[in-house]
Amino acid sequence: MSSESVEEYLEAIYSFNERGELAKTTELARKLKVAPPSVTQMVQKLAEEGLVDYEPYKGTALTGKGMAIAQKVVRKHRLLERFLHDLLGIHKNKIHEEACKLEHNLSDEAAAALCSVMEQPETCPDDGNPIPPCPMDIEDCEQCAAVRGDGTFGLITELSNLKPGEWGVVSFVRGGTMACQRLMDMGLTRGARVRVVNAAPFSGPIEIEVRGTTLALGRGLASHVFIEFENGALVKERVHPHGPRHESEHGGWLN
Amino acid sequence: MGKSVIFNELTGLHQHVGNWPGKTVERAEGTLSFRGYTIDVIDLPGIYSLSTYSIEEMVSREYIAVEQPDALINVVDASVLERNLFFTLQLLELEPRMVVALNQIDMAQSKGISVDSERLSQLLGVPVVPTVAVKGVGLEELMARVVEASTRKMPSPPTIRYGREIEESIERLVDALRGLNTPYPRRWLAIKLLEGDEEIARLVYGLSPPVEEVVNGLREELERIHHHDVPSLIASERYAVANRIASEASSHVEPERTLGDRLDELTSHPVLGYVFMLGVIVAVFYGIFSFGDYVSGLMGEAFSWLRSVYEAQLGTGPVVTFVWDGLIEGVVAGITIALPYIAPFYVVLSVLEDSGYLARIAYLMDSAMHKIGLHGKGFIPVMLGFGCNVPACLGCRIMETERERLICAFVASLIPCAARSIVIMGLVAEYVGFQWAAVLYLLDFVLIFAMGRVAFKAVPGEPVGLIMEMPSYRAPSASVTAKRSWFRLRGFVYEAFPIMVAGNFVIQISSMLGLLDVVQNLLRPVTVLWLGLPAAAGVVLIFGVLRKELTLILLASLMGTSNFALILSPTQMFVFAFVVMVYVPCIATIAVLVKEFDYKKAAIISLAEIALAVVLGGVIYRVLPLLGLL
Repeated sequence: MSSESVEEYLEAIYSFNERGELAKTTELARKLKVAPPSVTQMVQKLAEEGLVDYEPYKGTALTGKGMAIAQKVVRKHRLLERFLHDLLGIHKNKIHEEACKLEHNLSDEAAAALCSVMEQPETCPDDGNPIPPCPMDIEDCEQCAAVRGDGTFGLITELSNLKPGEWGVVSFVRGGTMACQRLMDMGLTRGARVRVVNAAPFSGPIEIEVRGTTLALGRGLASHVFIEFENGALVKERVHPHGPRHESEHGGWLN
Repeated sequence: MGKSVIFNELTGLHQHVGNWPGKTVERAEGTLSFRGYTIDVIDLPGIYSLSTYSIEEMVSREYIAVEQPDALINVVDASVLERNLFFTLQLLELEPRMVVALNQIDMAQSKGISVDSERLSQLLGVPVVPTVAVKGVGLEELMARVVEASTRKMPSPPTIRYGREIEESIERLVDALRGLNTPYPRRWLAIKLLEGDEEIARLVYGLSPPVEEVVNGLREELERIHHHDVPSLIASERYAVANRIASEASSHVEPERTLGDRLDELTSHPVLGYVFMLGVIVAVFYGIFSFGDYVSGLMGEAFSWLRSVYEAQLGTGPVVTFVWDGLIEGVVAGITIALPYIAPFYVVLSVLEDSGYLARIAYLMDSAMHKIGLHGKGFIPVMLGFGCNVPACLGCRIMETERERLICAFVASLIPCAARSIVIMGLVAEYVGFQWAAVLYLLDFVLIFAMGRVAFKAVPGEPVGLIMEMPSYRAPSASVTAKRSWFRLRGFVYEAFPIMVAGNFVIQISSMLGLLDVVQNLLRPVTVLWLGLPAAAGVVLIFGVLRKELTLILLASLMGTSNFALILSPTQMFVFAFVVMVYVPCIATIAVLVKEFDYKKAAIISLAEIALAVVLGGVIYRVLPLLGLL
């Protein structure tokens, strides 16, 4: 399982999930131009790695960690599209394919520089989809230049993307002063370990464990909190309400 | 929260509930006699921090710094030690004479947490007393420590030390603040300025403008070193200290799965949770309404018997009748609503609150409430509104910010309360058909949805989402429930009764002076021409401001029959019920709105609702026949 093909799969699943749909096997097969059985096989592998939640006959959803990887690739992809289109003047029809090839080899630092040079574009040029948010704790491009050289970024995504059973560590909180203040007062400060216990349907709030207590947190607020997954750590504790907790370890192919 | 329980245990029934001056934050005050001392106890609002997030937080920190109480009791929940210590550390920065009540140690034990109170006391530098407030355990010892603390000359020292760079910035800022006269400790001011607290910034920069430059410089420097903004740095370090103290003073073993855990799983389940909630709500409403109906029936009989006795003794002269109609009837109205409907409502609410279920309801309803511009907690006042709008508007205090409170109160005042339901059921369901009553409710919900969206856009301020602690389930205590319901009921009586009596008096006087006929004629263009109702509806609607359920009885007596089919067409009934449902909240609700917000906001809400009722009522009157529906 090469990291490039994993990224392609997660990217494809992302494109369905971002519209609020589960990715169905047949649709994934069509999108990735592979046979449905190999999609099933790959999706099962990704599920074992804790990157997706796969429900037979229903479809696949990214876990928080899968989302973090997908967001990273999709962000590079869409920034590249903007760059190819806006700065290099390449035709809209061609940018997607070009970006697909470049995205896997673009460093995090270069992606951040692209974003900064184009003054934080918000959508990609061909279909107007939003570019996933900047994964750094910064307020403007000036700070970006100071921070982005520090090396590759971790796997970061919004807390609202985590599925029940997943956990990570708060990297930073971004948003209005009042919301940030409240979130930090309630213990969601940098370095705090957060585990998602439950998620209400209809994009309702999530229930999280942080600092020894359980909090209910609306999706909107949860999307202000950026969670980092520790590399090599156990990320997914499967929820088995009636049995012992089964923990799966992921491979070391990330980054 | 164990805080109010401790307060109630300490003061018993000797307490007085009011508001903080100029703020809509409840201030409960009581007295306690203890070993020859008479101690004034003040219940400060339950908060998690001393920032400016909510009005409660600002009231509390101002009180502690300005009033400088002889002693401060910080109630810490032993089962969530770390989060509570985060607040304790902030309190210590205000340098009060403090005692920590380490509460709910039984609850903590059942969660596998045992806390060493002596170690905690050493680490915090203040006395720590283990308590179980609901059972009164440890309160004697607590008060002994409080008396001791109050005689201490020196305040408790702030224990927390931040990282080196932050400490250096604080020191430099403390120097810059020298000579500044504020009630707050300088170190606390320095920390708040670094955190970017707007309230404190206004205060300090107003007194000494050059400080602003120092603060900005220090903040920039810290942000350059750490690559993170200062509020987040300080909060993280504070939590790190809280974490260190909590883990040094307590030990934790994995507990057995309790009944509460299983109940939690069921009640926040994505499907079963809603089924359970629906069951609870239906049971609550059915229970309260059938109980209320029965009891208010009995009371109605009792009062008419009393009236007959009264008239038999004093005759039925105009003065005698006026004394009853003008003065006593207002009290009767209050009693027949407050006792049968409101009292059981408060009891049930307190049980739901105490057991921890209310938080689950808020959790499940969050996404639905977002549709009307509120978050999950807003469902609780809305639910209360179906009983009576008065406790609903009072209940809006559970929302954290002024903005959320106002939107919530506006929405809650549109909820069809018990009185309005009586009109809808007695008129529309009875004479037009049950499905039309359902249509009315549906119309109201659409209206609430639309007006909620409008208010969400129109009210200024940053909208905030749901964030709340999910308490563990526990068995509610009977004495806590009884006391809390009693205090709330008493509050309602103080709040609503005078207005009901006064309002009733004014209208009876106007009726005697013949003013009502004048008003009826003045209203004719609206009632008769636009809404298509009989002219008598004008007077009825005015009386309805007092008590909406009386509109039906009054209409019957003015029209000379209680068979509404003879005097009103189905369309008229529908329009009448709609107008009664939407137009101006009753006078008691208006009074609460004035008290919770101000005259201007109460007037805007009332006028908006009158306009809505009249405009839409006329539209419905014209549209229904056009569609061939009625």
